[in-house]
Amino acid sequence: MTQLLIELFSEEIPARMQLGAARDLERLFDARLKAQGIAYKSLKAYVSPRRLTLHAEGLPLEQAAITEEVKGPKESAPPQALEGFLRKVGLTREQLVIENGVFIARIEKPAKKTADALPDILKDVILSFPWPKSMRSGTSTFRWVRPLKRIIFLFDGQVLPFEIGGVTASNITEGHRFLGTGEPFEVTDFASYKKGLKDNFVVLDHLERQSIILDKAHEVTAAAGCSLIEDHGLLEEVAGLNEWPVPLLGDMDEKFLSLPPEVIRTSMRTHQKYFAVRDLTNGKMAAKFVVVSNLKASDKGAEIKRGNAKVLSARLSDAVFFWSEDNRAGNFDAWNEKLKGVTFHAKLGTMAQRVERIIALAQKIAPVVRADVSMTADAARLAKADLASQMVGEFPELQGIMGGYYAEAAKLPRDIADAVRDHYKPQGPSDSLPEGAVSVAVALADKIDTLTAFFAIDEKPTGSKDPYALRRAALGVLRILREHNVRLSLNDLLETWYYSLLNYAGPKRAVYVDTDNWRGSAGPRWNHNGSTTYDNYLRDFRQGLLESAVYVLETDRDHDLDITFEHVENQTPVENALLTFRDYKTVSAEFNAFFADRLKVMLKDEGVRFDAIEAGFAVADTDILRTVSRIRALETALASADGDNLQAGFTRINNILNAEAKKGQLPEGQPASLADAPTVEAELIRLFTVTQPAVQKLVAEENYAAALTALASLRPAIDAFLDGVLVNAEDAAIRDNRLKLLGSLRKLFGSVGDLSKLV
Amino acid sequence: MFAHNYNCVCILMAKATSTPLSFQDLILTLHHYWSQQGCVILQPYDVEVGAGTLHPATVLRALGKKPWKAAYVQPSRRPVDGRYGENPNRLQHYYQYQVILKPNPENLQQLYLGSLEAIGLDTKVHDIRFVEDDWENPTVGAWGLGWEVWCDGMEVTQFTYFQGVGGIEVDVVSGELTYGLERLAMYLQNVDNVYDLKFNNDGVTYGEVFREQERQFSAFNFEASDVETLKRQFEDMERNVTRILNTENSLGYKLVLPAYDHVLKASHLFNLMDARGAIAVAERQSYIGRIRDLCKACALEWAAQEEAR
Repeated sequence: MTQLLIELFSEEIPARMQLGAARDLERLFDARLKAQGIAYKSLKAYVSPRRLTLHAEGLPLEQAAITEEVKGPKESAPPQALEGFLRKVGLTREQLVIENGVFIARIEKPAKKTADALPDILKDVILSFPWPKSMRSGTSTFRWVRPLKRIIFLFDGQVLPFEIGGVTASNITEGHRFLGTGEPFEVTDFASYKKGLKDNFVVLDHLERQSIILDKAHEVTAAAGCSLIEDHGLLEEVAGLNEWPVPLLGDMDEKFLSLPPEVIRTSMRTHQKYFAVRDLTNGKMAAKFVVVSNLKASDKGAEIKRGNAKVLSARLSDAVFFWSEDNRAGNFDAWNEKLKGVTFHAKLGTMAQRVERIIALAQKIAPVVRADVSMTADAARLAKADLASQMVGEFPELQGIMGGYYAEAAKLPRDIADAVRDHYKPQGPSDSLPEGAVSVAVALADKIDTLTAFFAIDEKPTGSKDPYALRRAALGVLRILREHNVRLSLNDLLETWYYSLLNYAGPKRAVYVDTDNWRGSAGPRWNHNGSTTYDNYLRDFRQGLLESAVYVLETDRDHDLDITFEHVENQTPVENALLTFRDYKTVSAEFNAFFADRLKVMLKDEGVRFDAIEAGFAVADTDILRTVSRIRALETALASADGDNLQAGFTRINNILNAEAKKGQLPEGQPASLADAPTVEAELIRLFTVTQPAVQKLVAEENYAAALTALASLRPAIDAFLDGVLVNAEDAAIRDNRLKLLGSLRKLFGSVGDLSKLV
Repeated sequence: MFAHNYNCVCILMAKATSTPLSFQDLILTLHHYWSQQGCVILQPYDVEVGAGTLHPATVLRALGKKPWKAAYVQPSRRPVDGRYGENPNRLQHYYQYQVILKPNPENLQQLYLGSLEAIGLDTKVHDIRFVEDDWENPTVGAWGLGWEVWCDGMEVTQFTYFQGVGGIEVDVVSGELTYGLERLAMYLQNVDNVYDLKFNNDGVTYGEVFREQERQFSAFNFEASDVETLKRQFEDMERNVTRILNTENSLGYKLVLPAYDHVLKASHLFNLMDARGAIAVAERQSYIGRIRDLCKACALEWAAQEEAR
């Protein structure tokens, strides 16, 4: 079978880019081979720190000759059209044929050797390769991730002629930088390539390096009575830093075990790429680490272990310093003071302002989750303080975790420490939820602030772009609401958020709104105790926060509330606004739609029937828990006999009403019990009169399953009625009454979900 | 391809295999090695700088098309890192060994590894790794791609292919190597405290040479400098950069080198104010932006003059 082997040998490729690069190489080759009609049996890319390799098998030696037909203009078209077409296809008028009055060009494409097509493909792939960052070297204009040194380009045993960026293709490569002979060697095919690499201390396959690392790391830790703490992300990274991985177990100074285990692990992982190790006797962190070297050292790694232990000590000494500095008395207040100078986002102001909004939201949520309001407010006030601590400055991923430790050390109430630590939860679908009531309140407030804030400045997720992880935040809110059974009105929280914007008023800063009826600003002194007039102003102003875009302006005036009830169109100072938040109404509509969308995705992921979701969402209801239980009830009903009855009964009614609606407006209102109605009609009216209040009551009690069963039980009576009478009766009064009956029934059937969405 | 043209078998190197190099022999060995590679061996620049890159021999010479090879030691001043001579790893004044090769030779990695061998690091025993680190210095608008080079987990060198300087993309890429001399020496001599380093082979330690300097300058940087003076001097320097660039003189072109000196001075004054905690978080970006703009003006002017010369 024919074989294609390409190796792009360069200086060290960043570890984080390697796996992506292998995927891109496969993808780009696959697309270009397909575009040229070149089939293959297999295609696989490999990557190591210094090489990006492609191995394909089963490519044809040549592509068959083909005739391509290109349609041209009509015979009747102006001559310019024909001239243009002839230029395009490179033929003369005589070489064209005419079919059904249209010029057709038949272009013969002779058989083409694959070997002739491959160099252009490789060139195209290299020049369009999507490295996250690329560079030039020396005086060349060629770009690659790091300087490109060699290219192997072998097809069917032959080196194909190729040159790019000053590098000419050959069948020669190099092995490990320090191990082996150090001499370049020739390869003839993939097998000899792999063997040559192995002989020269290179494991080509990323996954194979990963499994070697994992196996050996377990081996060296087990031999010392310890166990490796696995870390997949780290494993992937270190496999990208080695061509010949050799895990070694090093010793750490025991005195560092007094640091929180998260700190030790994070320092090991981020700075040094070490795996942490657990002591099997007590399950705690062991004073050891696993470093994966790239060298089979002649001293069995003694120097490497010594050197790495030394560096780790220096790193952890820094951590010990941060830990003791951070644990000073008054730390939380000092950090919060610093947050006033920390920008959260250029269009949203400071981190301290964000904290104010979170406090407002958390206080609103607290009673709903039965959390102590003042304790919740305290927890929210302290939740972000650790962002200004030295340890979190060094290791941002320890946000929350450090705050939790510092709160414990400062002897703050347990609930507060928990909330400070856990309010970022859940950080993904597999992360656990915050547990205590205070934690739940702050966690919800944190996420709802993030979402509202970015929606308010129109930074919503689009397509695959979600730089502020808003989808994850929304999913987090939904999980907390559902799993903790929290019933919250998102709109109420949005209102609270907008009211909290008053906190942006401060020295030289005023909050400004411009409603349809008036405009006004709240200045630095807005919150003084005032007269009735002031209170009325404040009430109007708060209402205004929900009726207009909200602006934060720079001001020199030392004023409190200033409202002008004459709207002056062209004199608004908003062009120079420091911050601008879109209006509540727009944001709230988008926010609710976004949540509905996220909830749909979530339910679909859980395997809920698509049509049940659509039916459930067709009922306007902003309560997430109710929406979910309606959908669940519909799904359960659809899986039972009730489902058929519901659908059959509803569909018959719906079809008739839709047909009648085309003739004119349907009558509305409750049906009357007419004296001489046929039995089937009297019976259905009677059943409807009984069932309607029963279903309404069940729906109000959120007993949707029972409501659906009650509706399903109407089917025999509906069938009997529709089989026994003609809805479209001659007597208009009778017809109207029957349509009213069916209309009322249809409405009742829609109490749980819009059944017309079911398939 | 594998021409080992870095085989400088000098006396210092031979010595390295038996006893580790003293601090000054480490410098002399590197000087000798890079001299063999055709570098101009320069002396430190005589204005306070925070990094060897800021020496005009690197930041300005990296611009334009003219080839250039230089190596030098540069004292680096980082006032906030002062620890009164008490911290074994941190200094407010330390040394960087800086090499710039323009255009970067094709075998720069091998040349670099040759320098490690020359100072006595055996690559069969020590784990040398090139770990991604894309270097950037926003104050001088410079950026590049490269690595931090690890020796047994310790960063010993910053290895960069310059892609831009002074906010402009370079015509010719330079290779820049920055060795942390104290760290490297601590590793070679296997000492845990920088003050215990052997400075020479005659019993003088690094501590004897520099501990008092660290104490006094730490105290000065954190306690005794006068913020008002620093601020005034900063503004003087800043104003003068523009003034110098705009002052007509007998040469008939702009005095970019003296102007650049003033940028360096402004930059150091900023670092001193920072050490006093005199820079509010909100002002910080604006200060850095001001220095960067001045630096950029100098870089652009220098590039234009190089083009014309």
